[in-house]
Amino acid sequence: MGTFAETPGTTAIGVKPRRAPWLKRIAWRVLAAIFVLWAAATFTFFVQELLPGSKATLILNQEHGTQQTYSAKELKPVEERYGFDEPVTTQYFNYIKGLAHGDLGTSYQQHKPVLTIISEEVGPTIVLTVTSLILAWIFALATILLTARRKRAVSALGSGWEIFSAGLPYYWLGVILLVVFSIELKIFPVQGGTSVEGLVLPALTLAIPLAGFIGQVTRDEFEKVLDQPFVTSARARGMGDLAVRVKHVLRHAVLPAVTLSGWALGALISGAVIVETVFARPGIGQMIVTAATNRDVPLVSGVVMLVAFIYVISNILVDVAYAIIDPRLRG
Amino acid sequence: MSATPDIGRPGAPVGAPAPARFRLAVPEWVRGLRPGVILAGLIVAFFVVAMIVPSLLTSQDPYAVNLSQTLESPSWAHIMGTDQSGRDLYARIVYGARQSLLIGLGATGISVTIAIVLGVLAGLGNKWVDGIVSRGVEVMFAFPVLLLALLFVAVFGPSATTEIFAVGIGTAPGYARMVRGQVLATRDSGYVEAARALGHPYGSIVRRHIFPNAMRPLVVVFTLGVGQAIVWAAGIAFLGLGIPPPSPEWGALLNAGRNYITQAWWLEVMPGLAIVVFALSLTTLGRFVQQRLEGGVNR
Repeated sequence: MGTFAETPGTTAIGVKPRRAPWLKRIAWRVLAAIFVLWAAATFTFFVQELLPGSKATLILNQEHGTQQTYSAKELKPVEERYGFDEPVTTQYFNYIKGLAHGDLGTSYQQHKPVLTIISEEVGPTIVLTVTSLILAWIFALATILLTARRKRAVSALGSGWEIFSAGLPYYWLGVILLVVFSIELKIFPVQGGTSVEGLVLPALTLAIPLAGFIGQVTRDEFEKVLDQPFVTSARARGMGDLAVRVKHVLRHAVLPAVTLSGWALGALISGAVIVETVFARPGIGQMIVTAATNRDVPLVSGVVMLVAFIYVISNILVDVAYAIIDPRLRG
Repeated sequence: MSATPDIGRPGAPVGAPAPARFRLAVPEWVRGLRPGVILAGLIVAFFVVAMIVPSLLTSQDPYAVNLSQTLESPSWAHIMGTDQSGRDLYARIVYGARQSLLIGLGATGISVTIAIVLGVLAGLGNKWVDGIVSRGVEVMFAFPVLLLALLFVAVFGPSATTEIFAVGIGTAPGYARMVRGQVLATRDSGYVEAARALGHPYGSIVRRHIFPNAMRPLVVVFTLGVGQAIVWAAGIAFLGLGIPPPSPEWGALLNAGRNYITQAWWLEVMPGLAIVVFALSLTTLGRFVQQRLEGGVNR
């Protein structure tokens, strides 16, 4: 961001250089983010405390694959190992302290740190979500550039498709793609694992509804911007239609959708949970479903906290991206 | 516009004859009913009937096992095919409507209740109350619906109740933000100011002016919410974390069909179709009502 040095605030007329307001804004955002994370952690902790029955019993039952009650003597070592014998306030402070140091707890089932398990599984999920996010933007922008404010039928087709595709549930779209392209046409493998061919259908399943959503948000703005005076002036200068759309209009029109990126990442991770199940693709989604089924509470809440963390971080990044896309905000 | 000639309307030709006199008096709300809206209405009506009296829509028993016709593809006898136990899929979807719709209604009820409490608190409270509630809502946004559901399932075990609460709490922050916005807009409106100037007590202003006017536009949003809640709840059940399989609830059907995907596509595609079509119809109806309402406010 070297260009920021040339902004008017730093001219040498003897005026004290004004500290860029966006810097202060971002500092505030970071403080607010820490608050959100703390509150999210507190919520997650107390949901765990609501667990009916004793956690030590749950853990022992999981270890032995049984459904029984245990004597206090049998429960004692487990309670000591996980710190359940401490008062709730101590447990709470330990939990928060652990999170601050990047300790998401220990899995009830695999007896490994949650962060280790997540980092082992997260690779394919990152590949899937990032590919989908890129695809979704490409689809959305292509649809907008080609159909917004064109002939009535074309525009209606474009926006109709956006509304329809945004409402498609991942499990249904995934199943249809799987049936058509893998089972009937046999173009892609039914169980692709982490291969490149195996990535196509899962990524499409995640990308199509998101593209519809981004498209809906962007189209409104895009059509508004097309009426702005600077668009007319660009056209008057003899700029071609496509150039106007790409160089002038798009830049403004993507802003609302960029704001929603933090939300979109959360939606993509939720979607990955379902898509990985549909296509039997390894990743964090499959893992968390298994963990929820086995009632491995620390593992599930660890993933939930991690997603909250990603949400908060991406919202800060969005703020920065905003300042880059919209020069007026650099102050 | 009404069916009788509108003399008071500017721009209406003054001496023009009144052809409308011989036309059938069409009620105002019927106009602007496009085919899509009518179709959506019929579909929603179909599922509401399925929810209340499913036996009207099918003569088949959704639980009747028939091992001589397992996994049959759609035909005239079984328009949506049969499952691994030879049960008629169409009958199961019709009978599943009750549970699915109740789950959707329950989840929406919970989320709307939370949203109204939080939104009204934030909208009417002072700076501090608003600040705290709004930050709290922001915190809730950090939990995607499905992940919240997985956390609830891990803690409380899978059940319909867990599903309803997870979807209800997970979708609440979006509504809460809308309610707050509406309450703020109403609070600062001219008629509320007028009522205040007339010396009406605060309680009665809230009850008679702010609350009804802030909530009216949201009725539509809540209706749409039922469709979305059903989509979410079915996703949870699809993962095997909802109501267990013998039930014909739509998500449970999706979950049960997963193992037969390579042999019997209809077991996955048909229940999904029911969910998508129902949710899409609710959206269409909701948008129609919203347009009508907005038109109504301006008149």
